[in-house]
Amino acid sequence: MKIRVKLYASLAEHLPAGTKGNEADLEVAADATPATVIAQLGLPEKMCHLVLLNGVYVEPSAREAATFRDGDALAMWPPVAGG
Amino acid sequence: MAWARRILRVNLTKGTCTHEPLNMDWAKRYLGQRGLATKYLTEEIDPKVDPLAPENKLIMATGPLTGTCASTAGRYSVITKGALTGAIACSNSGGFFGNEMKNAGLDMIIFEGRAKAPVYLFIDNDDCRLLDASGYWGTSVWDTEEGIKEAHGDAQIRVASIGVAGEKGVKFACVVNDMHRAAGRSGVGTVMGSKNLKAVAIRGTKGVSVDDMPTFLKAVTAGKKVLAENAVTGQGLPAYGTQVLMNVINETGALPTRNHRDIQFEGASKISAEAMAEPRESDGKPNLIRNAACFGCTIACGRISSVDRTHYTVVDRPQYQKASGGLEYEAAWALGAATGVDDLDALTFANFICNEQGIDPISFGATVGAAMEMFEDGIITTKDTGGIEVKFGSARALTDLAELCGRGEGFGAEIGLGSKLLCEKYGKPELSMSVKGQEFPAYDGRGIQGMGLTYATSNRGACHLRSYTVASEILGIPEKTDPLVTDGKAGLVKAFQDATAAVDSAGICVFTTFAWTLEDIAPQIDAACEGDWSVEALLATGERIWNLERQFNLAAGFTGKDDNLPPRLMKDAAKTGPAKGLTSGLDKMLPEYYQLRGWSKDGVPTNETVSRLGL
Repeated sequence: MKIRVKLYASLAEHLPAGTKGNEADLEVAADATPATVIAQLGLPEKMCHLVLLNGVYVEPSAREAATFRDGDALAMWPPVAGG
Repeated sequence: MAWARRILRVNLTKGTCTHEPLNMDWAKRYLGQRGLATKYLTEEIDPKVDPLAPENKLIMATGPLTGTCASTAGRYSVITKGALTGAIACSNSGGFFGNEMKNAGLDMIIFEGRAKAPVYLFIDNDDCRLLDASGYWGTSVWDTEEGIKEAHGDAQIRVASIGVAGEKGVKFACVVNDMHRAAGRSGVGTVMGSKNLKAVAIRGTKGVSVDDMPTFLKAVTAGKKVLAENAVTGQGLPAYGTQVLMNVINETGALPTRNHRDIQFEGASKISAEAMAEPRESDGKPNLIRNAACFGCTIACGRISSVDRTHYTVVDRPQYQKASGGLEYEAAWALGAATGVDDLDALTFANFICNEQGIDPISFGATVGAAMEMFEDGIITTKDTGGIEVKFGSARALTDLAELCGRGEGFGAEIGLGSKLLCEKYGKPELSMSVKGQEFPAYDGRGIQGMGLTYATSNRGACHLRSYTVASEILGIPEKTDPLVTDGKAGLVKAFQDATAAVDSAGICVFTTFAWTLEDIAPQIDAACEGDWSVEALLATGERIWNLERQFNLAAGFTGKDDNLPPRLMKDAAKTGPAKGLTSGLDKMLPEYYQLRGWSKDGVPTNETVSRLGL
């Protein structure tokens, strides 16, 4: 199954080599979760502060439970703010 | 202590400058800056006054912490009846001007009347004089600031001035200090221009004292440690600035696009913080040069940028090829997503023009977005625009209109009316995305429900900074709430409004509250100032200020019916993203909000509330 992974700010350096911009397709297992993707990409877990699945916030406690459908978008940011 | 206990009253009609003692009874009830200046304004002007009449007054105000060693303590605000809105206006700015003003021994400067000819106020500690500004009239903020420093032979002078836009009556003109920091919203610069007041130039070296220095230093040190160790204020904001929100808000489906027709922008990534850091093809250098800090700030979220020298906007125009104040999130949204323009250099250039001529990029960009919609619908034609094809996505239209608006010329002068008057003029009032005449900032009230209530109830017209519930609804600060539901949002908005009113009255930056709670702030104020400044006292002060502003607006002629959103947000469902199918639930949130505020069903503070708050 393929999902679209979007990594922003300091997390972008963990995108697969050769990625242009901040997103890439990623082949994941059928039972993959945000937690397994974080591990698959070698992302520092503490820095994955804001995790959105198709734009919807994934609670830290739900990162091991949420599953994907083909084509889903998983976006992540370190702690950031603005205004 | 902390307060200088002194104000300067400048009568522009008579040409006099007079020092007066600060009303300490009011200071102990309204703290400073936003709250205290609003108290003075409401006591001294008729709320029904024409904002551009000599009878309106304009106040520059510092907070008790301004000029101290507390983090971010360089803030000042400009308070008046807003030219854009006709409502209470309070625009807050950073940079270094506020610190200089406080060090000249001033809590406030109250401007009244109108000068017969252009003047600027020069302050060198106790020496205060109105000087001829005819040589600066018709020039930009940048030229005025450089000219005044050169004329006085002192590069350390801090200057706040208006550009040509403020002179020409552009309704959303700013007061700009330190070249690119601005008291930006509601047309405070327009009021300054109506008074023939071009600039205020200050040199202050008197120092700022506090009530209990040892306790204050401990509290300040503890506060700075919290900011440094917090991942947002210690790492995120200095590294990426506010612009990092562009992709966040787009992904969550709350990025107003093309005058709020859409809530996701396909070009968001091209105008984001990440794009600003990308090396460009022409010279291998990124748009972003470095970050920057205002006086005393240990966060440093500011951006310094440059435009690609090969870009059409700056070729053969060296004054725009220099590094200057770069894009912040709100400006990038208004100049970009709101207009459908994804050319980062065009946005950066337009932002430079906003700084140079003193116009609010939020209201400017949002008004251009409204004009683009009317142009595409055939309501406005090239006959109206002087030949400019004002189409969504046109970088050329954006930059041409920025220059015209900055000079108050051609169709730029019509853009300078603001979206409310512009859309009314062309018979399409429903296309103005505004509340109380002020354009929305960068969040859609369908995708972030709390922000719909925030805009509808903001005392200065639509504004994100009056209750930034984005912090909770999107970023999880201090705790995560669901942006798509209305439950609990009335209480959330009220809590943010009251706390922010207190922070805005203290002399510090609201961005500290990404890390600080009032538990961190209260000890700093309490040690600096006489009296009790506990968390409870600050919240009571914030609520008092909010209701004082509300009373001013009600007396000015606003009613509960003005706590509303444009029909687009109430009737047209979001087309994409997590909010797909949703409209704003303002009708569910507003009655609860009034109840929590202690207001009647018509939005009027009850006698009991007025009495409880001692108004």
